[in-house]
Amino acid sequence: MVKRLVVGAHYGFRDWLAQRVTAVVMAIYTVYMLVRVFSLPVYDNAAWRALMAGGFTKFVTFLFALALFYHAWVGVRDIWMDYVKPISVRLTLHVLTLLVLVGYAGWVAQILWRL
Amino acid sequence: MTSRTVKFKIYRYDPDKDAAPYMQDISVELDPSDRKLLDALVKIKALDDSMSYRRSCREGVCGSDAMNINGKNGLACLTDIDSLPQPITLRPLPGLPVIRDLIVDMTQFFKQYHSIKPYVVNNSPAPEMERLQTPEEREELNGLYECILCACCSTSCPSFWWNPDKFVGPAGLLAAYRFIADTRDEATNERLDNLEDPYRLFRCHTIMNCVDVCPKHLNPTKAIGKIKELMLSRTV
Repeated sequence: MVKRLVVGAHYGFRDWLAQRVTAVVMAIYTVYMLVRVFSLPVYDNAAWRALMAGGFTKFVTFLFALALFYHAWVGVRDIWMDYVKPISVRLTLHVLTLLVLVGYAGWVAQILWRL
Repeated sequence: MTSRTVKFKIYRYDPDKDAAPYMQDISVELDPSDRKLLDALVKIKALDDSMSYRRSCREGVCGSDAMNINGKNGLACLTDIDSLPQPITLRPLPGLPVIRDLIVDMTQFFKQYHSIKPYVVNNSPAPEMERLQTPEEREELNGLYECILCACCSTSCPSFWWNPDKFVGPAGLLAAYRFIADTRDEATNERLDNLEDPYRLFRCHTIMNCVDVCPKHLNPTKAIGKIKELMLSRTV
């Protein structure tokens, strides 16, 4: 391969925007859950399970997790892009990050829906 | 102002003579009329003519004497010498190859500047008179056209340190927005296409070192934000 400096991947804006949108989603979820937790009558395992057993709570918690993982994907990829120069190492790290995050998403679904 | 002695620690490196860069301690006697850091550098040059730095207009217009002053980039000609704690530590602009002492190789910086096509692109037939703008349209260029390309901002930006070959840097992006914002320019979409890249624009993580150091008090971060706003408006 010729050694030429190439830029112009024609992406970047969508990820930048997604990172902002997912941050807003996480912020709203955090406020919502704080309100729900602080309005629990008692603080015990049964109350916590009852809160997390609700269909809506599961739904928004799963959305929060997806937002977190997408946010983390853009952020961690940014770190690899900033500091890791060899393309083979960078690609490997990108793929590993993606696989771990997809795995986490499945794990979150499993945890949420077994409650 | 009275006569006073000012202590300096200056980065010295002459690749023809020195195996490695070193810091030199120098004290210099200043006259009452010496107010700016550049005045002191002129005095130091008279004491030791091997000490090298760039300078030209001595009034913050040419952008030649940008350097790292007590850890912060700035122009020697605009920096009040009495505002600086001593010893005043002078280093070359960070992140660029040193040619000698306080002189850096600006090739990479200007390469990025040229990559955004820093000129009005307009292929329409020229009118009889000049291409006119309304006062409001002209107003949009304020805070953009004043850049003197001293490189204080780009060389204080960690993203530019890590990827100077791929990230346009704050100075280049400010210039990019200067031509995107110009109503006489017809290449807005091409300019946005040129910047739609994870490295060229999106290495900016909004840490705003550029705004902190700009000797002309410009705001590259704001210009970068406006470029992103335009990308948003053509995307959604």
